[in-house]
Amino acid sequence: MSKAPSIPAIFSLSDLLAIAYRIEADAVERYALLADQMETHNNSELMKVFRDLARAEGIHAEEIRRLAGDIDLTGRANALRTSWPDAESPEEVDLGAAHYLMTPWHALQLSLAGEKRALAFFTSIVDTAKDAKVKEMAAEFVEEEAEHVNLVYKLLRKYPKPAGSWPPDGDPPLAQD
Amino acid sequence: MSSVETRSACKPGDYKSDIKPIWCPGCGDYHVLLSFTRAFAELGLVPEETVVVSGIGCSSRIPAYTKCYGFHGVHGRSLALATGLKVSRPDLTVVVASGDGDGYSIGGNHFLHACRRNIDMTYVVMDNRVYGMTKGQPSPTTEPDFDTALSPGGTGLSPFHPLVIALAAGANFVARAFSGDPNQTTSILVDAIRHPGFSFVEVLSPCVTFRPDEREWKTQMHPAPVAATSDPGKAARRIMTDDGFNIGILYRGNRRPYQAKVGSNCIDLAELEKDFAL
Repeated sequence: MSKAPSIPAIFSLSDLLAIAYRIEADAVERYALLADQMETHNNSELMKVFRDLARAEGIHAEEIRRLAGDIDLTGRANALRTSWPDAESPEEVDLGAAHYLMTPWHALQLSLAGEKRALAFFTSIVDTAKDAKVKEMAAEFVEEEAEHVNLVYKLLRKYPKPAGSWPPDGDPPLAQD
Repeated sequence: MSSVETRSACKPGDYKSDIKPIWCPGCGDYHVLLSFTRAFAELGLVPEETVVVSGIGCSSRIPAYTKCYGFHGVHGRSLALATGLKVSRPDLTVVVASGDGDGYSIGGNHFLHACRRNIDMTYVVMDNRVYGMTKGQPSPTTEPDFDTALSPGGTGLSPFHPLVIALAAGANFVARAFSGDPNQTTSILVDAIRHPGFSFVEVLSPCVTFRPDEREWKTQMHPAPVAATSDPGKAARRIMTDDGFNIGILYRGNRRPYQAKVGSNCIDLAELEKDFAL
């Protein structure tokens, strides 16, 4: 659903850390959910990819938590009542785009889109922040997100684009057609 | 919502059970589950004071996936169960989950009278315009030209119009949400649970397996162009003339919720048994 782009008003370093933590935590939740879906549907290769992505995002979330010290990141993020530019937290993968036969390449395309959204998000904070410390920290997040984008590109070399779409299901659910 | 006890600093994960959903990947109901847990966290609901009631169907699996009290009932009877529960335990927050088949066909009559009674509960119908669990039969909200082997040439029947019917029957809060926008769905659910009386939220939730065309819904949704009204006639006119993809709160009524006088005029059980003695 289209929404007018808006960037959360970030006035302090704790705001930024809370927002960054929320982004990573949401991504962990989403990747873990996708991994569970793939496990349920016996797509073990993809389950592993999503678990690895969840683990990577979790490490990043913990780094932010460590940086934040005693700040209540969850409470702060809730108080900000964030309105994301695309209705969802930038790194959240679109669950509606999932399919039980999708390949790692398809999964990484979703991940790449999320990392690029996060990169654009933090770049916009750098461009608009008034506080020097916020700008500096946001610039660090930009670097990290750029690393993540490059990491996904590297992974994509391991999983080249399959010919066509995902493979046909020998026992399709649309059996009655 | 009744004056229930709430907790602060709850996380959505606190309301998620350990059971892994078995919906198809891509199903909109995953997003609805996220919205449920986020709304419960935002409201700080106490799990022991919260109940999710459902009927039968893909969407009705949701009580198993939430960590609070749950009742996975029989087909179409979720509102009847929830009504009994809320009347006898008005202190609980009751959220009812259903689908378009369970809620509008098998449970259609309960829907009308739950709206009419205006008991303080929230009814969430995940509408994918198809019976997904039983492999793709047309439901009451399916388009007349939905052409499959099960309905060759389509049913030719006009779809049921749940939001207008809810208004006409007396629902006190009417909203339409889209599962693909879980943040807004969360916000609508929070408002619906807070609003006194019977709150009805239709969540358009794609079935990507039997209605792959519904993946396109995310490009068709748009916010309702005007704010919610408290005039049911105005709301009905707006809903009848919209394109079916207006998202937001469409009606906020002021009807006083029904409250049973539980405990008053109690008849002694032994006396009652005498009346039914054969």
